[in-house]
Amino acid sequence: MPSSLVPRTALRGGSQSSHDKLAKTLGYFSIALGATELLAPRALCRAIGLNGLEPVVRAYGAREVATGVAILTSHDPAPWIWARVAGDMADIATVATGFQQDDAKRDNNVLALAALAAVTAIDVVCASGLSSEKGGRKTALTDYSRRSGFPQGPQSARGAARNFKVPADMRVPELLRPEHFQRNRKTSSSSQ
Amino acid sequence: MKALVWHGTADIRCESVPDPRIEHDRDAIIKVTSCAICGSDLHLFDHFMPGMQSGDIMGHETMGEVVEVGSGAKGALKVGDRVVIPFTIICGECEQCKRGNFSVCERTNRNKNIADKVFGHTTAGLFGYTHLTGGYPGGQAEYLRVPFADATHIKVPDGIPDEKLLFLSDIFPTGWQGAVQCDIQPTDTVAIWGCGPVGQMTIRSAVLLGAKQIIAIDRLPERLSMAKAGGAITINFEEESVVERLNELTGGKGPEKCIDAVGMEAHATGSIDSIYDRAKQAMMLETDRPHVLREMMYVCRPAGILSIPGVYGGLLDKLPLGAVMNKGLTIRTGQTHVNRWTDDLLNRVVENQIDPSFVITHTEPLERGPEMYKTFRDKQDGCIKVVLKPGANGGLHA
Repeated sequence: MPSSLVPRTALRGGSQSSHDKLAKTLGYFSIALGATELLAPRALCRAIGLNGLEPVVRAYGAREVATGVAILTSHDPAPWIWARVAGDMADIATVATGFQQDDAKRDNNVLALAALAAVTAIDVVCASGLSSEKGGRKTALTDYSRRSGFPQGPQSARGAARNFKVPADMRVPELLRPEHFQRNRKTSSSSQ
Repeated sequence: MKALVWHGTADIRCESVPDPRIEHDRDAIIKVTSCAICGSDLHLFDHFMPGMQSGDIMGHETMGEVVEVGSGAKGALKVGDRVVIPFTIICGECEQCKRGNFSVCERTNRNKNIADKVFGHTTAGLFGYTHLTGGYPGGQAEYLRVPFADATHIKVPDGIPDEKLLFLSDIFPTGWQGAVQCDIQPTDTVAIWGCGPVGQMTIRSAVLLGAKQIIAIDRLPERLSMAKAGGAITINFEEESVVERLNELTGGKGPEKCIDAVGMEAHATGSIDSIYDRAKQAMMLETDRPHVLREMMYVCRPAGILSIPGVYGGLLDKLPLGAVMNKGLTIRTGQTHVNRWTDDLLNRVVENQIDPSFVITHTEPLERGPEMYKTFRDKQDGCIKVVLKPGANGGLHA
């Protein structure tokens, strides 16, 4: 296979691309934000004018923590970063409802929406970067059905090492071998 | 020199590090001509094995040319010798080495006190494989210091390409030992879980040793096609029940011999118990995912043998030992006693009975090693085995 088909998953010389590192940062960010939402939903709602939505914010907190853990523990964080993008949409829709609720908190609300838009943009950049680096598995390109490993053919290889003497410490003990049992049966039946 | 250096989970970099030098009179230095990434290196890459430190040099499948020899190794080696380096470092003199149990050499693990605490007793020192096994720098580098070099080497003849010889360092004897310790009889069905590099070598070994029927289990089409090419009947565990199919192929009795060539990182979403294991791993309540062991213990024919060349690292949960005990199964496992088998296996390569290079799917310069770890781990591009060439500049392919 031409080596050019191997996706360049990282900067030359390293196993982690900038998107991998960004994903890790987003994983920690997710956990920190989620913990805040879980532990202080009332303060958060008050600050951005989302009165009465504390249970929703707490649920979002649980979602953020779960996504963060998944990002940090998964081999392939891309689907989880895409999950963050979906979560960002839900967050934006929820925070936008506060825009009509409380004039006094409108500035904070706008600020929160702007922050969410920025995080969404970062999530999208990270998720698309990871997805493009990953590429497909391209299994259709790989056919190993002729790689037997036996230069003289699989048929002549079958049993070619049958005379190999298995070391005593790896042999089935003599008394437990099927042929020992069969031999004993023959001997006892012939003596009867 | 350039070397692949571990810095943390999924973080391996190609860096400049100090050249190795003779530190003991039994040492030798080799210039690496070829090295490979082993499936068990992925356990370090994913940081499932404890005992790695930032700055450790990776790699334990290495061959090259001797460029310097300590005074104590001069009787056995000379500059210019072409050698494959076994992944187990052996003294050749202790009680275990004299018995051929090289992977539990009593003298080469310089961190014996740590291994004694973790495993009860020390095992051999290994190249590039955690500080539990000595913290020796590995061979994914331009040069390698070989401790106890007078015993720790396999001399190989000129005129045969590296690709045919390199795997004498690990995966070929590992697959061979996995099959040999099953004591295969001509009437045996041998089931092999995992069609990665060790699984492929195990299949070929079982063919050579004359098993009646060999059944290989995996989920990746490219690996299954390579297994089939070697003479195995294949089971894709994503498409059919492994237990049902194995019973069907053995008249309901189960395979006599079962071999685990998967080890501690069974496919995390392949079964409910693996998902459970992965969740426990994430919470640090379990170190390994032993789905294959559970399946082997359950499906193996009574009085059968379970052989485990797959690497396990620590503490495992929910193993059906009741099935093992009541069916009277024998378990054989261990790191490979490489030098116990290599004279015989080298002859088989020289005589063209087997060509281990069939398993190579990617050949790349050392500098691309870190990327290839990821490609290999994520099973992209049909990757089954990666060989790295120090000093090569781009453009290599298999």
